[in-house]
Amino acid sequence: MASEKQYIELYQQAREMIFSHAPEVMNAVRDQAFEDFKAQGFPSKKVERYKYTDIQKLFEPDYGVNLNRLQIPVDPYETFRCDVPNLSTSLYFVVNDMFYTQSQPKGHLPEGVIIGSLRDYPELVQKYYAKLAKTSEDAVTALNTMLAQDGLLVYVPQNVKVDRAIQVINILKATPQNAQRQVPDLMVNRRVLIILEEGAEIKMLFCDHAADDRNFLATQVIEAYVGDNASLDLYCLEETHYKNVRVSNVYIDQQANSRVNHNVITLHNGITRNKLDLTFSGEGAECACYGCVIADKEQHVDNNTLITHKVSHCTSNELYKYVLDDKSTGAFAGRVLVEHGAQKTTSQMTNQNLTATKEARMFTQPMLEIYADDVKCAHGSTVGQLNDAALFYMRQRGISLKEAKTLLQNAFINEVIDKMQLEPLRDRLHHLVEKRFRGELNKCEGCRLCK
Amino acid sequence: MLEVKNLHAKIGDKEILKGIDLVINDGETHAIMGPNGSGKSTLSAVLVGNPLYEVTEGEAYFNGKNLLEMKPEDRAHEGLFLSFQYPVEIPGVSMTNFMKAAINEKRKYQGMEPMNAAEFLKLQREKRKIVELDSKLANRSVNEGFSGGEKKRNEIFQMAMLEPKLSILDETDSGLDVDAMRIVAEGVNKLQTPETSCIVITHYDRLLEMIRPQFVHVLYKGKIVKTGGPELAKEIQEHGYDWIKEEIGEE
Repeated sequence: MASEKQYIELYQQAREMIFSHAPEVMNAVRDQAFEDFKAQGFPSKKVERYKYTDIQKLFEPDYGVNLNRLQIPVDPYETFRCDVPNLSTSLYFVVNDMFYTQSQPKGHLPEGVIIGSLRDYPELVQKYYAKLAKTSEDAVTALNTMLAQDGLLVYVPQNVKVDRAIQVINILKATPQNAQRQVPDLMVNRRVLIILEEGAEIKMLFCDHAADDRNFLATQVIEAYVGDNASLDLYCLEETHYKNVRVSNVYIDQQANSRVNHNVITLHNGITRNKLDLTFSGEGAECACYGCVIADKEQHVDNNTLITHKVSHCTSNELYKYVLDDKSTGAFAGRVLVEHGAQKTTSQMTNQNLTATKEARMFTQPMLEIYADDVKCAHGSTVGQLNDAALFYMRQRGISLKEAKTLLQNAFINEVIDKMQLEPLRDRLHHLVEKRFRGELNKCEGCRLCK
Repeated sequence: MLEVKNLHAKIGDKEILKGIDLVINDGETHAIMGPNGSGKSTLSAVLVGNPLYEVTEGEAYFNGKNLLEMKPEDRAHEGLFLSFQYPVEIPGVSMTNFMKAAINEKRKYQGMEPMNAAEFLKLQREKRKIVELDSKLANRSVNEGFSGGEKKRNEIFQMAMLEPKLSILDETDSGLDVDAMRIVAEGVNKLQTPETSCIVITHYDRLLEMIRPQFVHVLYKGKIVKTGGPELAKEIQEHGYDWIKEEIGEE
């Protein structure tokens, strides 16, 4: 396999073009990222953390990369109606990998808060960019770092609380409106940097949508620094389509007494791989990582998490639930690493899965690695089918088999959704999930771009 | 109401029903008694269409329609109801959603519009009184964490909501204290009309004193071996089943 070859050649040929359309801070780490990528190549399935997704194959096709930063003319505010309305969020758009700057919501942000392009804040970006996401440790992160030319910066200063949730819509769009010629399938490399100073608080919701009926490959790297006593809610909702490949790497660093809620929801996709690396660097911090996956047809969803307890008195909670129908494949590999001296750690990891057909497959691998002797850690995993006795009980009351299945699957997934803190999103998700199970949710609900 | 002819059924390779004949007319209440393992629960399961059992021979007609050809949900829509011996817990599905789905699917089958929320809540409130069921249970998951008595009362509550034509009570009295049994029996009696019928499966005469059946059948080794009036239940209570076994020429 040599699917990395085309990216190596691309970089060698187009290095100057990439540099000339990207800010200096991002260029500063680019050559190193390239060296790291070249040295590693794409991971094979023999690499432990990539066991369940064939990364080499995903990167094999020939995608176009918009290195010249051609604007794809679209006014998302005009054409996009997101399916999480009434959220009263501050709405931002990232078109492919470009932060959309032409018009932005005004006046909602507290003093000092930045929601902007990585290009515009070099000093801040330089201090934090590509530090957590080490290019020497992950080839996809290296590739993203070597090709990314723009990205989103979220900065919340000390003790500032952003009450209104920030919603970022990632739109994938290959074809300009009224395009004359056929454009290639598109690869995009998204980048997000979130910095919360001491005592800061923000809720972020990322929604992924694909606006064209084309093949997309999106890599994403999110780095989040959560300072002392700060609080971050990070929700990622994917509603793309079966031609979409998403490879996301999320890195979170938590300082003392900070809180993080991280939720990953996959409603519609093609092939999705989500990696989370979360590290407790300060005592007394807490995290809750939840995920829910609804997959059918030949969809593939792989969630891989690593939570590192470096210090004592931290609490981590993980709950991932999958419902797999048809010939879909799910994977969950979670590892909790409790390092030397990380006493009084509390950790719970749960992965529960329903397979609705004999062809659906689930791989689950919960792992605990503990080097401290005074901790409370538990992990568990189940794979099962719908309860026949319950199905028959419902049918005897006149509920059709299909409806009974929907009710049971819904009930199963709702346990995760009920845990979500962002209330309007929670209500909306209940609705979306139900529609998804009924087969009424076609790609992205309510998104006019797709219709 | 119900006409069963020479019904045979098996689970796996084991034949359990070996030729059941039973006719139930409108407004009648029948009791079915019999020793453990004689096929009482199997009969009720086969009538409501539990897919675990396979009918190998015989017929069953429900108000003129071939019952055995219908899906379980359609049998329910036609007015057949089973109060389960062991009601199933369904975590995550609230009692209210469950009942709403059941009622609205039945209405759809009958070509009616779904019931509006206010109407539904009112109906639910009314019917709950019949079995003195706590309104808190409506927000809980179906049968989850219910006590034995609550589960059985919940079955009768569902029966009241769905207004079936023929109800089968499969050992609804088992595990009930005397007060709960009285509430359940009174509930069943309140729901009785000249157009509805009932099959009561039980081991004990006590429930039958409260729900007075016109007919008592004894099921033994997959067949109805004896039929009589309410006095038959009393005799069984006093003397057990041995004398009946002797009558049919067995030990």
